[in-house]
Amino acid sequence: MSFNNLDTLYRQVIMDHYKNPRNKGSLEGDILTVDMNNPTCGDRIQLQLQVEDGIVKDAKFQGEGCSISMASASMMTQAIKGKKIEDAMKMSTMFSQMMLGEEVDEEGIDLGDIQALQGVSKFPARIKCATLSWKAMEKGVNEG
Amino acid sequence: MDVKAIREQFPILNQDVNGHPFVYLDSSATSQKPISVIEAVDNYYRGYNSNVHRGVHTLGTKATEAYEGARDKVRRFIDAESTAEIIFTRGTTTSINTVAYSYARANLQAGDEIVITPMEHHSNIIPWQQAAKATGATLKYIPLQEDGTLSLEDVRQTVTDRTKLVAVTHVSNVLGTVNPIKDIANIAHEHGAVIVVDGAQGAPHIKVDVTDLDCDFYAFSGHKMGAPTGIGVLYGKKKLLEQMEPVEFGGEMIDFVNLYDSTWKELPWKFEGGTPIIAGAIGLGAAIDFLNEIGMDQITAHEQQLAKYAMKQMRTIDGISIFGPEERAALVTFNLDDVHPHDTATVLDAEGIAVRAGHHCAQPLMRWLDVTATARASFYLYNTEEDIDRLVDGLQKTKEYFGNVF
Repeated sequence: MSFNNLDTLYRQVIMDHYKNPRNKGSLEGDILTVDMNNPTCGDRIQLQLQVEDGIVKDAKFQGEGCSISMASASMMTQAIKGKKIEDAMKMSTMFSQMMLGEEVDEEGIDLGDIQALQGVSKFPARIKCATLSWKAMEKGVNEG
Repeated sequence: MDVKAIREQFPILNQDVNGHPFVYLDSSATSQKPISVIEAVDNYYRGYNSNVHRGVHTLGTKATEAYEGARDKVRRFIDAESTAEIIFTRGTTTSINTVAYSYARANLQAGDEIVITPMEHHSNIIPWQQAAKATGATLKYIPLQEDGTLSLEDVRQTVTDRTKLVAVTHVSNVLGTVNPIKDIANIAHEHGAVIVVDGAQGAPHIKVDVTDLDCDFYAFSGHKMGAPTGIGVLYGKKKLLEQMEPVEFGGEMIDFVNLYDSTWKELPWKFEGGTPIIAGAIGLGAAIDFLNEIGMDQITAHEQQLAKYAMKQMRTIDGISIFGPEERAALVTFNLDDVHPHDTATVLDAEGIAVRAGHHCAQPLMRWLDVTATARASFYLYNTEEDIDRLVDGLQKTKEYFGNVF
């Protein structure tokens, strides 16, 4: 069986984040909570951020969705933890560029595991799965 | 029924997708279109494109005859008594909203009840939520039985003398349940209520006789039965439509227009404000001709055979959950253990197989099923047992693929 094309979407590291999600759960105390869903497909995420002095001290998520949306949420929370808000927002912009298949201006920011999601750009129907958690993060920052 | 000959009428089926012969199992979302429909629309635009019901020129007359001829084809297709009862709309959603805006808002008040079911598509839920809010009426649900069917006993328990309107789907787009419309209509009428039937998944697949069903309103879409998108039908009993006010006002639907007041055309045109969907209606007429030539009973029989075969073959897959009753229309909604339906649909797509994944515009039903999303394979007259074999094979590969990556 040949699923070469699929392998660009379902990279090992993505499936690892899906199977063993990082930062899954909830936070307590003075936190930001954002609920977001994808009305066309039913995926949903609750993202919680603990922001202190402009730095994301902690991030956790809960939700239900496909492998891409859940893995992306796991990677996103991992990536923004300990980052300055501006850098987290920059990463979100970089991620959007990556999903559109555009050249990503890294500006000294390392996307790490997130690079594995690059293949999603070749599956237009799945881009919204990958961007759900990032949109939640942006909403939290903009409203918080 | 010669499925091979039928398939030749659908050029879209004859292509490779992602390197595999295309298998289309998403007809409940929208059906493919036969050549005769494509040509009917093409002929109209190439040969006699003109506006209808106005002007005296030759092409205008021809367009009007084709448009009104399509209306009569619809009338005969669903055994309505009069073309006055056939309103062309944009689709099922618009048809139901027309009843919700015009009939429900004028005839319901606080203390009245609207009765629907949890298996409805959003387009047969939200118009009634909004009508209930606008009139102060109460929205009630007939509970579903465990297998996703309705029991007439539950219908009798839910519908009361306060019920003014019952809205129910003919066929569930998720469960495949075929509801006993005639019996539900009887119960509604015993209490003086009207019944609105969402026929989006009914009319394309089952012979509908609105007179025999005794439904007050029946709504369906052209694009699920071989016609273009953008054309649909609202059937309503003449005596009800006559007392209803139009929803859209403007050209086409008027009788006399004075400075401060106007009067409406007679039925059905008072509900067709603006230039109508002429090419769509002509396409729908051609689709009806196509279906009639094969025979609705033949189509239903073929689909029943496919549904049974699909249920039998899909059950052989370890870890599959199938939703809905055994007796069903030609669709199977399912999930594979540990594989999200979007992932299933993506792997099937890589195999050239198109299925639907998501909540199917039925979020309350998804919650009743206790899932967030499902995958659905739906069949039509052009599908074959080989298509189902390809699906089953694709699902085995999906399991294998996700089994390997974990």
